[in-house]
Amino acid sequence: MVEAALVQPRVKLVLLEDLLGAVRANSLWPMTFGLACCAIEMMAAGASRFDLDRFGAGVFRPSPRQSDVMIVAGTISRKMAATVVTLYEQMPAPKWVIAMGNCAIGGGPFSYPGQYAIVNGADKILPVDVYVPGCPPRPEALIQGVLELQDRLTKQGRTNLLRRFGRFPEPAAGEGGSRV
Amino acid sequence: MMQAAWNSLNAFFGPVALTLMVGLLLALGWVQVNALFLVWLERKVAGHIQLRIGPKEVGPFGLLQTVVDGVKLLAKELITPSAVSWPLFVLSPVLVFAPVLVAFVVIPFGEEFQIRDLNVGVMLVFAFGGLGVLAILMGGWASNNKYALLGAIRSVAQNVAYEIPLLLSAMAVVLMAGSLSFQKIVEAQAGVWFVFYQPVAALLYLVGATAETNRAPFDIPEAESELVAGFHTEYSGMRFALFFLAEYSNMFIVASVATALFFGGWRGPFLPGPWWFLLKVYLLIFGVIWVRWTFPRLRFDQLMNFSWKYLIPIGVANLVVTAVVLKFTR
Repeated sequence: MVEAALVQPRVKLVLLEDLLGAVRANSLWPMTFGLACCAIEMMAAGASRFDLDRFGAGVFRPSPRQSDVMIVAGTISRKMAATVVTLYEQMPAPKWVIAMGNCAIGGGPFSYPGQYAIVNGADKILPVDVYVPGCPPRPEALIQGVLELQDRLTKQGRTNLLRRFGRFPEPAAGEGGSRV
Repeated sequence: MMQAAWNSLNAFFGPVALTLMVGLLLALGWVQVNALFLVWLERKVAGHIQLRIGPKEVGPFGLLQTVVDGVKLLAKELITPSAVSWPLFVLSPVLVFAPVLVAFVVIPFGEEFQIRDLNVGVMLVFAFGGLGVLAILMGGWASNNKYALLGAIRSVAQNVAYEIPLLLSAMAVVLMAGSLSFQKIVEAQAGVWFVFYQPVAALLYLVGATAETNRAPFDIPEAESELVAGFHTEYSGMRFALFFLAEYSNMFIVASVATALFFGGWRGPFLPGPWWFLLKVYLLIFGVIWVRWTFPRLRFDQLMNFSWKYLIPIGVANLVVTAVVLKFTR
């Protein structure tokens, strides 16, 4: 299990962090990396009709050194797990993981008693930020996952002043919390 | 006040050094603005070619998207892998920038808008253009990564092959203008642009320039399906951004040289010179972007054969014919 963000800074620069959060949220470059059939839906999300690039998240970088988000799109077999962890560790520091599809969330249909080949979910080996359910999820679901990650970086979207539209009306008092 | 400051600076450095310094500072600023605009243009054009919209949510028409990307890359971790030879690894993204800045010295933005009109201007641009290859080779070699090294090797082979037709086509123009100075070449196109006298050379130049800037269909050094990200596979954060910046600045330089050599430079009716120059440059760059998102990548042997077997013989023949015709008509 890889631990994310172990070191907390002594001094927190609130305004700068809000600004950087908004900047990072609007420039989430995913890694070109697919494990199974969910990757096809990921490609569809980047192509016409869905167009992930509208939100600045369409620059699929081939090298992990240049990407910000790892979209685990598909089944992680035990043989592949070590490679997936290596890829995650090769990414530079502010980095996030989206677990896309039921296999990446909990092993999906391959998870049954006695099976020996499949990792039961990406969160067994990586710190997952956003889960996108579906088998496979539709491209809209992945886009919602990316927007959810943007909201996580910008205090539920309140500091995301760069993006031109707001996703939801302000939640009523006491309603808050995660929407996924 | 300003005049006095200028005069004292002028007295201290002398007019030549002062213009160079101020001009290079302006060029440094221009490089940033140009890259920010070109990356936005590239993503927007790519989007529309692929029936998408492209960046749209960050700023009006997504104009702030590249600014946001730049700030994000500034704030990313700089990874230096443990096995790199770090002096070369760190130096390479800086060195890739040097030829760009040097080329800005001689680019004729207008009759008055030029840092220095050297009488070897064309040679200077091409001579320092070769330095960029060295930086790429350094980066690929120092990364200690097989994909980076393969990308660097391919880049060197490609640049050596395509610099020759580039020079041959430029030489044909130089023969016609009778000078290597950019102002003289632009002056010689007062009547008819050289693209009409030298259509073959212009075509050779544009093909060679696309290959020199490592752009599709000649983007073999960073072919994603084979080489991860090519020579900058191991570069993260701002170092990677510098490679990106250099690529787009190179596009600007190459298009400016093409404008000066073939498309009449800053000449045009009604508007002042610099406006015409920038208009022509960005139209050419738009063409290059259009080509990138329309054509598939060549195979490596096709790429090399295309240059050595077709472009270079055509370039030599064009040069000889130009020389003979000029000999008997002047």
